[in-house]
Amino acid sequence: MKDFSSRSIALTGTLISLALVFSYVEALIPVFAAIPGFKVGLANIAVVFALYNLGFKKTLEISLIRVVLSTLLFSNALSFIYSLSAAVVSLIVMGLMKKSGLFSSLGVSVLGAVTHNLVQLMVAILFFNTKELIYLVPFYVFSGTVAGVIIGLISVLIIERTKGMGYESI
Amino acid sequence: MKKRTLDIVLIVLLLAICIAAIMITGRRSQKGSYVCITVNGEVQTYLPLDVDGVFPLNGGTNTLHIENGSAYMVEASCPDKICITQGKISKTGQQIVCLPNRLIVTVTSSPEEVFY
Repeated sequence: MKDFSSRSIALTGTLISLALVFSYVEALIPVFAAIPGFKVGLANIAVVFALYNLGFKKTLEISLIRVVLSTLLFSNALSFIYSLSAAVVSLIVMGLMKKSGLFSSLGVSVLGAVTHNLVQLMVAILFFNTKELIYLVPFYVFSGTVAGVIIGLISVLIIERTKGMGYESI
Repeated sequence: MKKRTLDIVLIVLLLAICIAAIMITGRRSQKGSYVCITVNGEVQTYLPLDVDGVFPLNGGTNTLHIENGSAYMVEASCPDKICITQGKISKTGQQIVCLPNRLIVTVTSSPEEVFY
């Protein structure tokens, strides 16, 4: 993979925009916010796709740019801390799990979503110094698993259907 | 195909652990000692649950009763009275919410907890 081939740049840009649109759509449609605090994390479809086709480094780029842009566009400084830490740590976990070869993209996505939720909770506990929140851990792991399964299944479909279309070699 | 099996094992394991943990912590959730009154997201006051009484809240829009360690709403200025139907709360984390008056009553263990 050449880092700066025009195909690579174009695909990276497309995935960043796609992740952004997903963030926006998710904020827009109340179905996804039906349960307070629960987010499916549609943007992670783009992240998982990138991880499986473009490699870890490019995915980290995509993820970081998405977090910065979506914070600037849709939210505030406090949520930036949450999004950034969660995005980075969960991506590292997903990268390691993918490398370990134990799980398919479904399992990787589940672990990513669970990590994402746990990091956000951890940041909340550290920032607000509220130990009581530790009781929420099982709920966060639960909702992370559910979200991870949804995103994982979609990603499996997309990764399988785009196989052989040349995305892997970019 | 082997990877798929591991995926499913992982998912089932995670869900099982969560449900078990939720059940265990749910059973252990303690009786609270205070109720925290917030209006518009700002903490107004803390009331001890061991002192029985009738408390007008938010300048009189709602009236809270505290009796035998549990709190319940008896009067509200809003038309739907949902906060009254929410019943008694006594365990930490339980809430009565009155959306029209932007009033939230939360049971806490101490008078300093931060909620958001």
